[in-house]
Amino acid sequence: MSGTRAAEPAVERAPARSTARTGRASGPAGPAFWTSRRRDVLTGYLFVLPQLVGVAVFVLLPVGMAIWYSLHDWNVFTGKQTFVGGEHYAALADDPQLPKVLLATLLFSGGVVIVNISLGLLIAVLLNRKFRGVTVFRTLFFSPVVVSVVAWTLVWGFLLQDNGGINGLLATVGIDGPNWLKQGDTAMVSVILTQVVRSVGINMVLFLAALQGVPRELYEAARIDGANSRTVFTRITLPMISPTVLLTAIVTIAGALQSFAQIAVLTGGGPGLSTTVLVYYVFQQAFKFNDIGYGSTLALMLLSFVMLLTLLQWQLRRKWVFYED
Amino acid sequence: MIRTRKVLSAVALTTVLALTAACGGSSTGTSDKAVELRMTVWTSDKDQLKLFDSIAAAYRADHPDVAKITFESLPFADYNTTLTTQIAGGNAPDLAWMGDLSRDLIASDALLGLTDTLKATPGWKYDDLLGSVTAEFSRDGTLYAYPFSNSPYALYVNTDLLAKAGQKIDPASLTWDQVAAAGAAVHAKTGKAGFVVRDFDYTAWNTLATVWTGWGASAWSADGKTCTFDSPEMQKAFTFLHDAAFKTKAMPGPGTTADFFAGDAAFTVAQVSRASLLTGKFKFGLYPLPAGPKGMYSVLGQAGMGVLASSKHPKQAADFLAYLTDPENAAKLAQYFPPPRKSLLTGAELAANNKVLSASQLQDAVVDQLPDAVTLPNHTSPAEIAQKGKTALDAMWRADADVPAVLKSVCTAIKPLLSK
Repeated sequence: MSGTRAAEPAVERAPARSTARTGRASGPAGPAFWTSRRRDVLTGYLFVLPQLVGVAVFVLLPVGMAIWYSLHDWNVFTGKQTFVGGEHYAALADDPQLPKVLLATLLFSGGVVIVNISLGLLIAVLLNRKFRGVTVFRTLFFSPVVVSVVAWTLVWGFLLQDNGGINGLLATVGIDGPNWLKQGDTAMVSVILTQVVRSVGINMVLFLAALQGVPRELYEAARIDGANSRTVFTRITLPMISPTVLLTAIVTIAGALQSFAQIAVLTGGGPGLSTTVLVYYVFQQAFKFNDIGYGSTLALMLLSFVMLLTLLQWQLRRKWVFYED
Repeated sequence: MIRTRKVLSAVALTTVLALTAACGGSSTGTSDKAVELRMTVWTSDKDQLKLFDSIAAAYRADHPDVAKITFESLPFADYNTTLTTQIAGGNAPDLAWMGDLSRDLIASDALLGLTDTLKATPGWKYDDLLGSVTAEFSRDGTLYAYPFSNSPYALYVNTDLLAKAGQKIDPASLTWDQVAAAGAAVHAKTGKAGFVVRDFDYTAWNTLATVWTGWGASAWSADGKTCTFDSPEMQKAFTFLHDAAFKTKAMPGPGTTADFFAGDAAFTVAQVSRASLLTGKFKFGLYPLPAGPKGMYSVLGQAGMGVLASSKHPKQAADFLAYLTDPENAAKLAQYFPPPRKSLLTGAELAANNKVLSASQLQDAVVDQLPDAVTLPNHTSPAEIAQKGKTALDAMWRADADVPAVLKSVCTAIKPLLSK
């Protein structure tokens, strides 16, 4: 640390000298333009420039274009765009399928968030102990995260067929399994579980890191005060890891609202509209039915949902997230 | 500071060079002296692509103004989506294969009319085209796509499986009821599937036209304006299919896969061109579709190739299409795709290049079927009709389904699209 501090004045001096030279070269009047502060500001902007360019090109520009498309009818075959104003926004209210799509989105996202966070926390608590083979279990639960989502979903598609592996397994113990992907209720359960099993490892790792950051002395003090395991978990563990719960909730909700491959590969949105979530509906409208205008309107609605939910969680954090500082 | 200047100079130089290179590339690509044509196709078969490349090479030898002809192979499942995305993105191919997208392309004036070019091409013989196969790709007497593949649906039979289950059929008088009975018996005795409508998979309901046409049913009226999905004929056809799936088990139920060509089913309804999937694992028979209550019928699956109106080189693209489909090259293509030319439509002609099917099989299953064949249901907005129909029809595939009510809901779902 002392070495770092000793170097700081030298860093400050170097630009000062060059500034002085620049000032003399451009004339004696007024202070030099490239002050140390301006140089630091420029350096900062240069560091964030690639990210800013990325956000501008891949986020802001597409959002702007989506707004433009939502106000137009676009014949994709001829390239002709006709201004229709708020027609597509009005069509949202008249779309007979949209309520069912929103319900499926709510069920899917809610199911994924609740099961993913609960299961991730449960596994993390169970694996936050020292026992033989704990690393193997941690690796096992995390490994699906690194598997390609399409490959993962394809394999589960075969397993969940009526004559697939899961029903074959159930049959060995005398259970006649359902036709998982072809019945409305079991199809939704199937896509939720397929998503959760693949991604729960991420939340597990985040919770593990948070659990290991809880000071041991808090647990010792609680034990001395006679607190039981449940009290320790609800009064110490949960509040201490609440920032991580907030983070996982935001990431998991945003991820669930964007889940596409699972639906496309496993059910194609069926049976009926039972698993047609909003992002899949956007894809259908824009790319299957070539209704880019209405698809863009739906996409903007989805964006609004994600932003609203994130904002809501961010505002609520003061009430239930505990920060040590 | 000096180092900073050097870095900035290097970045500026690189940018200028990159822009120069990009502009240079662009100008070369659009030069009149270097016409480059691109055709999107959905085949990835090496032999077929090799044939197309060889025809293109022969064309280029006589047409030095065409520097390059590329056949871009797109996955079949996403072909329509990819093609429309390319068109919408301003990257449309010059030529394209098309199936059920043809109606939308023609209705949007996105295709170049071909009739004049083809008639003006010496030796092309426009009158050689069979009228029944050009209708799907024509509007107001103008042909917009050459129907290069006209493959009737036929009934493939795994005779080994039938023998194993002690079943016999008479192909000359075969009916759907007999197929269902034999299929149910095969399933009961061997555990293998009875009959499978290939590619249906309880999703692509338009393929069921290969069955319901035998009951005299159709999805909509001839002018495409009126839904007839809830007709009494359709109710009977779907009652037959529902019983086969849930009562007699002659057809595998939803969520159960059975590949005829892997030996997993006694019968399948598939296009004749699928015969290339037969590997000799079992003895097979190939027959025209079984008769329904309304008698014998035939159903056709078609594919066309056309020139996009947005092509930068429409004249050259149309000229190449005329060359690719002239009598000589059409005969070469016929080894893979049943042709639209009367002169090539004989069992013996088709069998000359077919390693799997005999001349008599091809005569019965292809040549004799083409003149009176109906095509699979096709309409503008095919994907939306398919999806909305499928969403409604999903309710059919439950053991306790109310067949007439479900068919009525299909009409409710697709009526607004038919009347567009």
